[in-house]
Amino acid sequence: MEIQDTKSTLQVSPRNEEKIKKIWKTALILLAITLAEFVMAFTMDRGILLYSIFIALTIWKAKYIMMEFMHLGDEAKPLFYSIIVPLIFLVWLVITLIKEGSDIFMMRW
Amino acid sequence: MSAHSTAIEVSSKRGVWGGGNEPLKASYGKLMMWFFLLSDIFTFAAFLISYLAIRVSYPTYAGAAETFTGSNEYWPVPELVFEALPFLHGVHAPLIFVGLMTFILIASSVTMVLAVEAGHRNDRADVVKWMLWTLLGGITFLSCQAWEWSHFIHGTEGGSLLTYVNGLGQNVTETVFGANLMVNEYGPAAFAQLFFFITGFHGFHVTIGVFLLFLCFYQAAVGVYDKRGHYEMVEKIGLYWHFVDLVWVFVFTLFYLI
Repeated sequence: MEIQDTKSTLQVSPRNEEKIKKIWKTALILLAITLAEFVMAFTMDRGILLYSIFIALTIWKAKYIMMEFMHLGDEAKPLFYSIIVPLIFLVWLVITLIKEGSDIFMMRW
Repeated sequence: MSAHSTAIEVSSKRGVWGGGNEPLKASYGKLMMWFFLLSDIFTFAAFLISYLAIRVSYPTYAGAAETFTGSNEYWPVPELVFEALPFLHGVHAPLIFVGLMTFILIASSVTMVLAVEAGHRNDRADVVKWMLWTLLGGITFLSCQAWEWSHFIHGTEGGSLLTYVNGLGQNVTETVFGANLMVNEYGPAAFAQLFFFITGFHGFHVTIGVFLLFLCFYQAAVGVYDKRGHYEMVEKIGLYWHFVDLVWVFVFTLFYLI
């Protein structure tokens, strides 16, 4: 690779403090949710209620990562929906395979 | 675009079907990255949801933590399996190490998004700085996972007395140490198999991510993106890296919490 001029020819804009603040805020939210999950793992009884809470909190975290970090919310609406809508199928897959797993459990034990 | 500069006049009056539209308003590279990630989401979802299905088909270990021993009869509780720390042999620290790994990966995702923000501003110094932090986070995470795997494979001192069908189809009862794809001291064979496949596949993605991060860091540092006129590559590699973090969030919940 040949680099003759390493000086930038692009106009550097100043930091957008508001945006940066929002990034750190999102990071704190993600951290807080993870800590809450951690506490619940040790204090609550295992069962369908706890699992549902965990999955709901995880999807909530996923929302923050996709919307704030991956900026999916800022994309054009058709792009946004072409990513989000196919994921709805996964909701069905989760429901149906948990049901299937529970049925296998009933037959085995 | 002015009407005089083109042979064919592109007017808004031609409507949606007249051509010249960009309905998704994103570059080719970014679009393809998104659709690749969508397909990758389905791959990981298949793995993780299979884990969930197999997990709920077994009873959970319900006894006291002190007397925990692996068995084919029940699924192990994660905090009793993943409870070791490097350099602190024999210390019972449930989920502390994996919590640390999660923190490192989320932190590297934050520095990545800061690099993307710097890229939007064409600020090379900031891009290089944040890419370096992200790279460091990625390498640290991989090292942690290497330790985690090594510990998982070698197992505990006591092992577990298990009855299982070995590779020759014989029914054997013996003390098992650590884990492999055939048998493991923690629980049913599927537990270790899924552990290796899911965290392995994720680790493989992280490894590729670290290569991409290095490439991006290097190219930003030597001024390739300045010459190119934009920092879109930081954004695309950022998407991939956030995806790796996104998947880990689910792996963490399903493997280490449930």
